[in-house]
Amino acid sequence: MSNAATIIVVEDEAQIRRFLRTTLASEGYQVVEAETGKQGLAEAATRKPDLIILDLGLPDMDGVEVVRGIRGWSSIPVIILSARSQEGDKISALDAGADDYLVKPFGVGELLARIRVALRHFSAVNGGQEGVFSVGELKVDMIRRKVTVGGAEVHLTPIEYRLLAVLVKHAGKVLTHQLLLKEVWGPNYVERAHYLRIYMGTLRHKLEKDPARPRFLLTEVGVGYRLAVD
Amino acid sequence: MADQRPDPDALLEKVQRAEAIRRRGRLKIFFGASAGVGKTFGMLLAARERRAEGLDVVAGYVETHQRAETEQLLEGLELLPLRAVNYQNATLREFDLDAALKRHPALILVDELAHSNAPGSRHAKRWQDVEELLDAGIDVYTAVNVQHIESLNDIISQITGIPVWETVPDAVIESANEIELIDLPPDELLQRLKEGKVYLPQQAERAAKNFFRKGNLIALRELALRRTADRVDAQMRDYREDHAIQNVWQVKERLLVCIGPGGTAENLVRAAYRLAQLLKAEWIVVYVETAKLQRLSREQRDAILRTLKLAEELGAETATLSGYQLAEELIAYARTRNATRIVLGKPTRPEWKRWLFGSLVDAIIRQAKDIDIHVVGKESDFLSQARENPYFSRSRLYLGLASEEQQTMFKWRVGYLWAVVATAISTGISWVIYDHFDLANLIMVYLLGVVVVAARYGRGPSVLSSFLGVVSFDFFFVPPRFSFAVSDSQYLVTFAVMLLVALVISGMTVSTRHQARVAGHRERRIASLYALSRELAATRGEENILRIAVRHVADVFEVQAAVLLPNETGRIVYPKGEGEPQSCHGSDLSVAQWVYDHGQMAGQGTDTLPGGELVYLPLQASSGMIGVLALLLLNPARIAPPEQQRLLETFVSQIALALERVRLAAEAQRVQLKMETEQLRNTLLSAISHDLRTPLAAIVGASSSLLRDSDRLDDHARRELGQSIYEEAVRMAGLANNLLDMARLEAGAVVLNRQWQPLEEVVGGALAGMSSRMDHHPVSVRLPRDLPLVEIDSLMMERVFANLLENAVKYTPPGTAIEISAATDRDELVVTVSDHGPGIPAGEEERIFEKFHRVAREGSQGGAGLGLTICRAIVQAHGGRMWADNLPSGGAALHFALPLTEPPSIEHEEATHP
Repeated sequence: MSNAATIIVVEDEAQIRRFLRTTLASEGYQVVEAETGKQGLAEAATRKPDLIILDLGLPDMDGVEVVRGIRGWSSIPVIILSARSQEGDKISALDAGADDYLVKPFGVGELLARIRVALRHFSAVNGGQEGVFSVGELKVDMIRRKVTVGGAEVHLTPIEYRLLAVLVKHAGKVLTHQLLLKEVWGPNYVERAHYLRIYMGTLRHKLEKDPARPRFLLTEVGVGYRLAVD
Repeated sequence: MADQRPDPDALLEKVQRAEAIRRRGRLKIFFGASAGVGKTFGMLLAARERRAEGLDVVAGYVETHQRAETEQLLEGLELLPLRAVNYQNATLREFDLDAALKRHPALILVDELAHSNAPGSRHAKRWQDVEELLDAGIDVYTAVNVQHIESLNDIISQITGIPVWETVPDAVIESANEIELIDLPPDELLQRLKEGKVYLPQQAERAAKNFFRKGNLIALRELALRRTADRVDAQMRDYREDHAIQNVWQVKERLLVCIGPGGTAENLVRAAYRLAQLLKAEWIVVYVETAKLQRLSREQRDAILRTLKLAEELGAETATLSGYQLAEELIAYARTRNATRIVLGKPTRPEWKRWLFGSLVDAIIRQAKDIDIHVVGKESDFLSQARENPYFSRSRLYLGLASEEQQTMFKWRVGYLWAVVATAISTGISWVIYDHFDLANLIMVYLLGVVVVAARYGRGPSVLSSFLGVVSFDFFFVPPRFSFAVSDSQYLVTFAVMLLVALVISGMTVSTRHQARVAGHRERRIASLYALSRELAATRGEENILRIAVRHVADVFEVQAAVLLPNETGRIVYPKGEGEPQSCHGSDLSVAQWVYDHGQMAGQGTDTLPGGELVYLPLQASSGMIGVLALLLLNPARIAPPEQQRLLETFVSQIALALERVRLAAEAQRVQLKMETEQLRNTLLSAISHDLRTPLAAIVGASSSLLRDSDRLDDHARRELGQSIYEEAVRMAGLANNLLDMARLEAGAVVLNRQWQPLEEVVGGALAGMSSRMDHHPVSVRLPRDLPLVEIDSLMMERVFANLLENAVKYTPPGTAIEISAATDRDELVVTVSDHGPGIPAGEEERIFEKFHRVAREGSQGGAGLGLTICRAIVQAHGGRMWADNLPSGGAALHFALPLTEPPSIEHEEATHP
């Protein structure tokens, strides 16, 4: 495939690397492998990749440090691979600027979907901006501040709208509770996660058909929220 | 010939004794009739021989008295440095026990076995040092003179006229492995003395002048020879026993020795000891406390306690009986204990009294038809004074008999005062009724006064009031009044009878009162013991046992008590827990350690460290030493009577047994727990091996097929194989997750990250995570719009929902609907996940929460049976509860309830957008 995206895989486990390499190559991506965090950072600086897949359990340095290192000079999408016992590290990495995460073990379908979203999101931010976000029946007109579901306009409070706007701005990306609280309510509200949950609840009741099984406003349990992009 | 074979029990005993001896060091005593016969010399000669044989010999303490030939022998032997002890501005040089134990030679020489150690030493007597050396497995050579043997002490004092303070218990001499008699004829000894070869310490010089008389020396030599011969005789008997020479029937003799308050008691005990030795009999020394004996002076009671203590030291069992009739009580006791002989002192009463009132000896001889009676003669007088030696005054102090005197004096004076007052009152009453009643009735009033005084103040005051009554009656009422003169001589008879009646009444009243008091004491002792054992029996936990033990001991004996227990390495340490009285701060751990190691009591009033402030008692249970009970005596009189001491011993053994019981129970629990853990591990292993192997087999098979035959397989087949690999791997991942969760929950490693959130979001998260597996099971979620926020860990709670949904999918056929609903119920949020499948088998509603429990064993359903266990653990960690039942319409319903608390407030905005 021409114009193939370059993906750097930073992972110390040879078997996982092999599996990622085979799968991604067969999908037409250029794959660059790195075994350590330092090697990963060096590759990221020289290869100008389109996406980085980063394992949190690296032998030489903390995965969170790697994310900070990359975010120091670039906004390349970063997808984290974590084990179940690394909840805290995962959230730290997301707070540090990682875009998405996958918990091991994960399937290929899931992986490819995340990669697609991340690459699209990246191009959307850098590419054309019509000012209207739409997914399924939901349409958010950022310029006219108008929200419709299936053509019917939905009335939102200012905070509800602000919350939705932040999600739209980072559509497809996992946003941690902390980040959302800071963006919508301000730095003083970082500890009041229940605000976010209550407003997310009302927002869902206004936008979703079945709030218990959301279609747009997805819950990343214990981490935060994500706005679906397809 | 069967009879000639040695009795197996006797043989076993012999072997055990031999073993105990092997572990202990061997004791050899160089035994002589008097100073100067050459004991030290003989000992050194023997020691040199041992050393020449290559044995590690050390001279611990050798008294050469600067005799040249003896000092010469000492040359070349390793000398243990002596310990300097400062005592009353003088420096005493003492044998250093600790250094000896540390040096631990094969053989040590310790001269002068009867020596009393300087105050402040560990043991009061040197023979105790030697005992400890032997216990440590060190052989000891020592020397002692015949006059220092406890049981011969009185005889020798009588012979020589010189009291001997320093004595060695007979048991120590008897326990010696070897006794070598160092014999020197009196003439030669006197010759040596004349030649100046026997140097004596200066303080003994004057006494020695009287001592070294030929008559004395002959007598002492005879005693020493006889004593040695007795021992040889005993050895001979042992030999005969070993070799089954049993020509005589052995009848177990038991002596019952009755002591009284007289000065002969000690003599009696020593005589009885010798008799018991001779007969190889057990012996019991009893003191019968009758009403009359209760009135003894303090000195006399002291003497009785001393005698009982002496008897115990000589190896007797002692008992104090109380009763009204001495002879009857004694005979009854003798019969219950199967005594074969009764030993009594010679009556000391004047002949006329004996004729008039009879004597104990006569009464016993009359009543004890089948028991032999031994009557022992009176000793010479001087011993009575000799007995006021420091050792006894110490035990007097220990028994606390000095402190009560003032109080008694006070009570005594008050009693006599009341005797006078009571007589005055009787006279007053008689005065009032004189005109209306006969004189005989006035006598009754006086007798009443006597009874009152007798009941309250005892014998002395009541006797006084009897006399005063007669005198007042005469003076005030008998004509001519207000004079002691008596007009009618028949009144003299009245006076005599009145006095006699008053005296008898007072005597009887006093006796009754005493009986009541004795009964009361006994009652209290039994009650206190009962209270202790009842509380101990009802108690669990070592801490509680200790608390109860300390409290009871403190109450009953007026002491401050502390139980000191060893740590894991067997070292006694201060208790860690609070609630122990402060007294343990005064306790000396090294003494407690000694008590713990040796199983003997120590401290104040005992033989070991008698100078200490506290008493330390070993807590010994059937399995061995448990710890040490330390007592600070606040009122020593409380444990003075032998009965109280026995009660204390019973307390101690009760406490030790209770502690042992608790420990055994704890041990049993540990074993039980270990077994359960073991069983759990086995279940886990079998569950995991099954649940891991099945998917692994599928994965290995399918993937190898894909690798090998990929060319020959069509697309459909490849998809099938890939699908099965994927599904089995997901199943394994789920199992691994559950095992991890379980392990973390059980280890208590889970810290809940609780946040206020709507239940809806958690349910949504779980449904999203399960979506791929819920294709064939429609799920309906019914959550009221107004459900309050709950403070939960969303990740954990998602696991609960995920597990419940997975179970519902697993146990119901495809197409079965699943419902999730929630409602508030008072202060709880009750969540229910139900299905319409076959439901939970009856009786399994609780068991399904057990670890590794599966409704259908080895069924097609995967999982290790951990799901519900994890769910319940998570819900309980949130302070909630979880249960299961079946819907009336069929199908299983799993419920859990979470406590509801007030959620945090939130500022609402009103304006709408746009």
